[in-house]
Amino acid sequence: MNTMEEQKNLDSFQKKIDEGLKIEPKDWMPEAYRKQLIRMMSQHAHSEIVGMLPEGNWITRAPSLRRKAVLLSKVQDEAGHGLYLYSAAETLGVDRTELLQQLHTGKAKYSSIFNYPTLTWADVGAIGWLVDGAAIMNQTMLARGSYGPYSRAMVRICKEESFHNRQGFEIMTVLANGTAEQKQMAQDALNRWWWPAIMMLGPSDDQSPNSEQLMRWKVKLESNDEIRQRFIDRTVPQGLFIGLTFPDKDLKFNESTGHYEHGPINWDEFFNVVKGNGPCNRERIKARVNADKEGFWVREAARAYAEKKKAMVAA
Amino acid sequence: MSQDTQWPLWEVFIQPNAGIPHKHAGSVHAADAESALMNARDVYTRRSEGINIWVVPSNAITASSPEDSASFFEPSNDKPYRHPTFYKIPDGVKYL
Repeated sequence: MNTMEEQKNLDSFQKKIDEGLKIEPKDWMPEAYRKQLIRMMSQHAHSEIVGMLPEGNWITRAPSLRRKAVLLSKVQDEAGHGLYLYSAAETLGVDRTELLQQLHTGKAKYSSIFNYPTLTWADVGAIGWLVDGAAIMNQTMLARGSYGPYSRAMVRICKEESFHNRQGFEIMTVLANGTAEQKQMAQDALNRWWWPAIMMLGPSDDQSPNSEQLMRWKVKLESNDEIRQRFIDRTVPQGLFIGLTFPDKDLKFNESTGHYEHGPINWDEFFNVVKGNGPCNRERIKARVNADKEGFWVREAARAYAEKKKAMVAA
Repeated sequence: MSQDTQWPLWEVFIQPNAGIPHKHAGSVHAADAESALMNARDVYTRRSEGINIWVVPSNAITASSPEDSASFFEPSNDKPYRHPTFYKIPDGVKYL
């Protein structure tokens, strides 16, 4: 039972949300709002950083200098996105070291999609097209969210995500219009990434325990299913346009609803990957833990140098 | 891992163009001011978003408190005579 003071605070907080006003770091907020946002933002940040790994894998093997420069920029952007989001999460009073520890010990999650391997160059195209494509739709929605720093970080990210999406589709287009082998490589990548990309948007909201509260507080403004349908409706014509097919025999455009119908989603696979049993989960965490360990001397050196300069100035 | 605490926090302000004020963009961690500037450039200006950057230690910023904002800004609320619209000028008079 809330005290009168708490109820008054809750009521004015909800009124702000309902009026579409932003909540800023030092505003009063329910503890559950603060906790949910820390969880969402930090897991979003972890996803960006871990997301550097599957594509980083192909930087040394990009087929041309142009593709290499482009891929380097994309991966660099993902690092930047992670940093925007960690900074935004920290406005809620949480320590970066704690967030990283949660990632490294498996206590925090990151987007399931990054637990799949990039087996060919075409996978780089499929990721930019499908994964960044799905991310853009989700992030465009989140940009209208109630927490100021998260919403502003989303606006920044959306601007940059657009090139990611286009470079991915450009890769797929070039391959699909290339030799028979190149087209087959593109088709194979689409076959492997399509369902994971659809699942990336999250389970149906009746499976998501936090959804109702997040919607009431305008942290989420649309359901996972709504965004998933939009993703399918917009993406399928793109693939068909370049002569690719989708690995779903039930995929069919419904003239009366104006939407694509699709086959059943294998949610067992999704939950299994989220639990830690995807193809690359352990490898991804190991890479992050090692990066953290191997970077320690850099952080120490920077700190030591800063202290030394301070001491020299004081002397 | 031993004492691996975070570098201090800095707030980042970017000036988009000459003549325009610096705008808050977010924060970075860095051990000193010079690195903070470089980190801010790398994180917040990959697309020529600005011509100048300020970095400020976060704990150097003093902010007014949101929960007191009503009373803090109250003195201005009942002084409409600070606004040009308060004053009645006859029709036909120019440049006022």
